[in-house]
Order: sequence, then structure tokens, then C-alpha cells
Amino acid sequence: MSTIQTQGTEEIHPDILLVNRARAGDVEAFEKLVRQYDRQVFRIAQHITQNREDAEDVVQDAFLKAYEKLNQFQGNSKFYTWLVRIAVNESLMRLRKRRTGRMVSIDEDVETEEGSMPRDLADWGPDPEEQYGQSEMADILRKTIQGLPPGFRVVFVLRDVEGLSTEETAETLGLSIPAVKSRLLRARLQLRERLNRYFRNRNKDGVK
Amino acid sequence: MTCSEFLAQLDDLIDDKVSVRMRADLEEHLHGCEHCVITLSTTRKTIEIYRKHVIYELPNELRDRLQKAILAKCKKC
Ligand SMILES: [Zn+2]
Repeated sequence: MSTIQTQGTEEIHPDILLVNRARAGDVEAFEKLVRQYDRQVFRIAQHITQNREDAEDVVQDAFLKAYEKLNQFQGNSKFYTWLVRIAVNESLMRLRKRRTGRMVSIDEDVETEEGSMPRDLADWGPDPEEQYGQSEMADILRKTIQGLPPGFRVVFVLRDVEGLSTEETAETLGLSIPAVKSRLLRARLQLRERLNRYFRNRNKDGVK
Repeated sequence: MTCSEFLAQLDDLIDDKVSVRMRADLEEHLHGCEHCVITLSTTRKTIEIYRKHVIYELPNELRDRLQKAILAKCKKC
């Protein structure tokens, strides 16, 4: 990651420079931040809400909220992490609206049978994806991750897909580090178990 | 080391956060346990596949539209 060294003080992340300019009223600086992170925000929102329109709204609202709250942003965390936190909260709000009556919480620790000791083990071979086309593959991955409880899904997406650290994920979601770790393990194992149906033993039933 | 003990370290092993000593113990377990070898390799592959495929792409047209809408509102703030 490129950083600019300033003499005698700590490194300043380029985002912070943009944030400072945006705070001073430079909308173009904020535009750069939007262009840099809009795809990630959209992906995260879509993963959480599972709804395209909601995800679009989240992108707009998250950036607008960030813009309005720029003065509250403390330079001691990354801008990206701060933005993701806003986006996650906006996404959860929309998810709750659509699922009134149903419990939607990322705080609840879901006990599932999956995600403990793997069963049904067969190796996948060196390139398990090659038997599927690009769009078929995307369908499989969407279907598979949609089946996870929201609290597992969001941890997996932030940690493994978007590359946040365990600490950043914990901070973003307001969870403890052990909670993030336990969810990540179960999320990874559940996804593995579900993908196993598609990837073990090629040319078997169900594969077109 | 049992398979459960191995599994408890799986994430740290994948994320390359285990101590040298722990790594040696884990590797020793892997030598005698195909079950855990497969668990490790397929879990790694699972993460790799999810990283590689962007399953929710923001199309360029929509992206432009959203950016314009955001900036128009920012300018009014
Ligand atoms: Zn084992």
C-alpha cells in the first residue's frame, strides 16, 4: 500500500489526504473516494441484503452519510473500514425492513450442525472450477453463500472476500475478536461443505 | 494431536498465523491424516474461489448513475 512519509510524524494514508481535502469542501476529492470504493460497498451491500435495489440504495446512502459525517471521522482508523461500517449498518437496516417479523441480527450466534467436523470428504482435484462456465460458477457461488446465516456471511465477506483483518472486521461489526474467529471458521467450513456437492467427483450426476 | 485440535487451528494455519512450533505439530498431524489434508486443501480452495470470482458486479452504467447521484447531492450539502 502506498503511503506518504512525512518527516518526523507517522505515515499518512492517501485516503486521509483525500478526506482532509473533502472536509475543506473539495467535492472532487470525495469523488475519488467514491470511485475507489463504490464497487466494494456494492458487493458488501448485495451480500448482506441479497437484493439488488437495496444494494444500490446502500451505495448512495452510505457515501452520503460518510460525506455528512466526515467531520466525525477519526484519523486513527482507516477510511475504508469506517465506510464499510456505515455500509454494513445501512445494509442491515434494509434487510430488517424487508424481513419484518423475522429475526435478523449479526449478533446472534447461530448454532448449526454444519461447520463442525467435515464429513463426506473427497478431494476436489487441482482445478475444480473448470467443469463450469463463468456464469454457472457465479450462480453456484451466489447460491452457496446465500445459504449461510447473515452473521456468518458478513464475516466471511469482510474477512475473506474484501480482505479486512480480523481486528477490522470485529471493529466494523461491533463483535469481539473470538466471535469473529469462531464465525469465520464455521463460515469457511460450511461453504466448503456446500461447494463439495459441486466440486467433488466430476462427471457425476447433476453435472451438465 | 486429534482432528478436532487440528480443526481449531485451521484458520490460523490458512491465514499463516501459527507459531513455528504449532506449524510443526500441525504438519505432523497432516502426515498421518488424509481427512485433515483434504479439509485443509478444499477449505483453502473455497476461499480462493470466492476471492477470484466477483459474484456481484456493479455494472458501469449503474456505477456512473450512482456516482452522479451521490456527487450531485454532496454538492448541495
Ligand atoms: Zn485429522
